[in-house]
Amino acid sequence: MIPVSVLTLFTWFEKSWIGEGIRESRWLFPAIESVHLLGLAIIGGSVLAVNLSLLGLGLGRRSAAQLWHDTWPWFAGSLAIMLGSGFLLFMSEAVKLYYHHAFWVKMTALLLSLVFTATVQRWTALADPDRVTLLRSRAVALVSLLLWFLVGAAGRWIGFS
Amino acid sequence: MSAIEVCRWLETTQGSIGLHESIWVYPIVESVHVLTLSLFLGLAVIIDLRLLGACLSATPVSQVIRRLGPWMLAGFAVMVVSGTLLFYAAPVRTFSNIFFRLKMTFLLMAGLNVAVFHFITSRSMPRWDLDVRPPIRARLAGGVSLALWAAIAVCGRMIAYNWFDKAPAALAR
Repeated sequence: MIPVSVLTLFTWFEKSWIGEGIRESRWLFPAIESVHLLGLAIIGGSVLAVNLSLLGLGLGRRSAAQLWHDTWPWFAGSLAIMLGSGFLLFMSEAVKLYYHHAFWVKMTALLLSLVFTATVQRWTALADPDRVTLLRSRAVALVSLLLWFLVGAAGRWIGFS
Repeated sequence: MSAIEVCRWLETTQGSIGLHESIWVYPIVESVHVLTLSLFLGLAVIIDLRLLGACLSATPVSQVIRRLGPWMLAGFAVMVVSGTLLFYAAPVRTFSNIFFRLKMTFLLMAGLNVAVFHFITSRSMPRWDLDVRPPIRARLAGGVSLALWAAIAVCGRMIAYNWFDKAPAALAR
């Protein structure tokens, strides 16, 4: 048995001074949300640029490895911004999120997206294009796009409640 | 008819009422608008970063614009259509909202920035197409674009909050 339940932990986050502070402020939540939104644009750009090339579109299949290298710092940086701002938003309403399906869908999709990006997608993007069929790289791109879409859509859905 | 009168009339049309009162359509349109941001603004950021010399520096500027531009424009089209529908769902409230007005002003400026780049700056592109760090005119276009679009996105997010509304808005965040 885990001595502390997830709900207890979430309640503790919400009651912490950071959670309280964000909840009580009129402009902090929208400000952090804006940062989260700008992070979305940057992370979306790097994810889409790589996936478009894996699909054989955009800058083309042969650019995938170079795109991966070039967009990696922007992907990592914006991911850090997303996680940081997302965690602050989470702290301000953790208990509500505990009971919200969209939150758990988002967290699951996020975990899957990150694992998929760091493994299968990275291998495919960095592999010699002649040794990976277009069908395969397209399938990888579609799975990646679907997973990231799920993260975004579930995230947006958290707001409707 | 003044602009606000047009908005008042728009608000009485069936489409506006239907959108405003719909349980599913409005949230879906809003979600499309937010998620397409990652397509439109995401690719715009990549192109701007290339102009700044901060990304894809081994790829010619013209190639980045030619290959990613159409996708960015497709995203922009979806943004405009979904954004117009969001406006149509609550014309009076949106039109009176300070962040909406700021957003439209910044949008005009961003359009002007694109026009200057397209018709003037990019003419000399053959000379700096392969540069890792394009000349100051091009970098300025990229930097101004990034700043304006960030402001546009933030203002867009703020429209949903009713801090300055005379009557509390019914639309959820």
